Amino acid sequence: MVNKALPTRRKILTGMAAVGAATALPDVTRFAHAGSHSAPIKIGFQVHRTGIGAAYGRWYERTTNAAAKVINDAGGINGRPIEIVAEDDGTDPKRGAEVLEKFANQHGCDIAYGTLFSHVVIGSAPRAAELKMPYFVVSEGHHVASGMLNRYTLQPGITDVKSQVQAMAPWVASNLGKKITMIYPDFAFGHNHRDFFSEAIEAQGGEVVAKIAIPPTEASFTKYFPKIPRDTEVIYHVMVGPSVLTFVKELGEFFGPSAPAIFGFVDSLEAVDFATPGLEFLEGTHFWEGMPRYVQPNQTEYDKFYRAAIGIDENGASVDDPKDVSTYAHMFGCWETLFTIKDGMEAAGYKGIEDRTKLIEAVEAITDMPESNEHPQGAKLFNGKTHQVFGPQYISKVEGGKLMVKHTTSLEDGFYPDEVDYTTQSF
Amino acid sequence: MEFGPHLMLAMLEGLVQASVLTLTALGLSLVFGVMRVVNVAHGEFFMLGAVLAWWITSMLGGPAAVGFIAALIVAPLLVGLLAGAADWLILRRIDYDPERTIVATIGLLYIIQQVTLMTYGPDAHPVAPPFNTRLALPWFEWGENGFQMYWPWGLSTTSYKLFVIVAAIVTLIGVWLLMAKTKIGLILRATQLDSEIAQAFGIPVERIYALVFGMGAALAALGAVLVVPIQQAHYLMGADPLLLSFIVVIIGGLGSLRGTVVAAVLIGMSDGIISVFFTPTLAKMLATLLVAMVLVYRPQGLFGAKAA
Repeated sequence: MVNKALPTRRKILTGMAAVGAATALPDVTRFAHAGSHSAPIKIGFQVHRTGIGAAYGRWYERTTNAAAKVINDAGGINGRPIEIVAEDDGTDPKRGAEVLEKFANQHGCDIAYGTLFSHVVIGSAPRAAELKMPYFVVSEGHHVASGMLNRYTLQPGITDVKSQVQAMAPWVASNLGKKITMIYPDFAFGHNHRDFFSEAIEAQGGEVVAKIAIPPTEASFTKYFPKIPRDTEVIYHVMVGPSVLTFVKELGEFFGPSAPAIFGFVDSLEAVDFATPGLEFLEGTHFWEGMPRYVQPNQTEYDKFYRAAIGIDENGASVDDPKDVSTYAHMFGCWETLFTIKDGMEAAGYKGIEDRTKLIEAVEAITDMPESNEHPQGAKLFNGKTHQVFGPQYISKVEGGKLMVKHTTSLEDGFYPDEVDYTTQSF
Repeated sequence: MEFGPHLMLAMLEGLVQASVLTLTALGLSLVFGVMRVVNVAHGEFFMLGAVLAWWITSMLGGPAAVGFIAALIVAPLLVGLLAGAADWLILRRIDYDPERTIVATIGLLYIIQQVTLMTYGPDAHPVAPPFNTRLALPWFEWGENGFQMYWPWGLSTTSYKLFVIVAAIVTLIGVWLLMAKTKIGLILRATQLDSEIAQAFGIPVERIYALVFGMGAALAALGAVLVVPIQQAHYLMGADPLLLSFIVVIIGGLGSLRGTVVAAVLIGMSDGIISVFFTPTLAKMLATLLVAMVLVYRPQGLFGAKAA
């Protein structure tokens, strides 16, 4: 005889399912700190979850979520929490434009943000202007400051390639050599390196003896290296895509013990462990770093705070998995851009979509960004006319398998004349 | 680089490429020869071989050689079993109808690719080669003392790449011995010649088909395990081998194993050499142009049987 006072098996199972479903729901209490009944500010995050940018996308997403948590824990923006709405663009320009449409028309996002790969930025920015949606990119492409894009597109969190290579050229010419072979990926970002570094090194009395363009989808690289001229003094390499480790390994295999000086951009090894077998030849070579991956003797409290918030150890890898190396030289751009968005929204008294142009004007008015928890990469200067920020660059040497900073460039080293004034353009 | 060493480097790169391509294309050719169906998912079986090799080596840990040997045996076996199951569950039920098989294998392609994306992820992961030393290669020049050897800058290969070439040749000989000298090879050839008569002789044709489909996939997976220490394992790496395998099988002649091998060496070498001297894009263009020429002027391929 069933005792009706005891719960039946069906009731227990239903109860467990309900508890399970409830715990799987998003935590709605997290907004309790930041104003109880305010609608969140929706930031559409255009992220490279798949495609050739996937390694960067994964770290961009972690950094974005960490920054959003810091912002929300401190009360959000204008008393409202921020909500990150992420959509995968597959590192594809066409899909990028579609994703922006989704943000504007389906999700009702206030702004779009977060794109890295330059061809996706170029493919998406015109759509952002058509949708009249502010588009904060974290891309390094010179396209924002060149005037190619529009007043809705801004890059306040990361420096651009033209500025980076201009800052590198004097050091390379005086420390490594004057005859350079450049190896770069064959798309917009790589063309920026090719064009602007050539200009910059020629201004230092140097010469680019060969320019080797490689598709970022390439999987095997030895076939390109015979084009390197015999009289090369410096190999300049920057590579992106899933096969960067293969690229660097084959470069080492090609030269063996008789390699010229090598100067790389750490893009060639972002998310790759320097201790991987085959990379021993990099010992003693130099790299550009956007932000030093390994903790340096003069680490600031801001870098410490930043690493702790995202969960990164002193080797630039995830604290949960030392093999999961981060894209440390780029992802700070996400963190700093979100804090810039916060500053802009607070200055503009942003209330909703009707204030989008006020937000852009408020960001255009930003100039100095001191080094802080919000800007851990270094002190920066934002140029409201060109929508591009300028900051320090780091030159590091591989010592004992770790990158140690040898030289930090000044902001002035990276300045170039304005090529556009977006503030004179209408919305 | 001077022309001589440059050509030698190009030929070595071409040989490595040709080795992997031969194994992959042989798998496709076997399937078409015996079963008369086109397997569009063939590139994905190649990719699975590489991904499984990474999984096996990272699970086992320990010295790279141990993991690699385990991967070399286990990965093609697993891929072959998966392919055999796919044949038994899907292709058999659509009666190996040519158009339906193409559609079904396209579906299989997407399923395998996306499941790999969902589990293995979008990143490329490396597999350590069991051994890898750089070998500087000598070249000759005419000096005052007659022919002299010297070591040109950049002319090198690695011991592992040479191993890939040797391994491919050994596997080819193994497949040839299997087809020509064993009973199972006899059964396969009989089924290829006339499957109805073979069935009348008591050969379980449907089981043979599952075996052949599995063998074809296993050969592709073996090629992938050999190449993965040179490249890395990535969920999209099946697309290029698929295209090249089809080019090789069409040029060599559908159903002719000898034609496949000859065409694979031809295409692999020319792809490697043209890629080194010019660009990889030009190499692919020329290969595709060659296919077009073959289809127009000699549709049965170099060694295929002329259509009656």
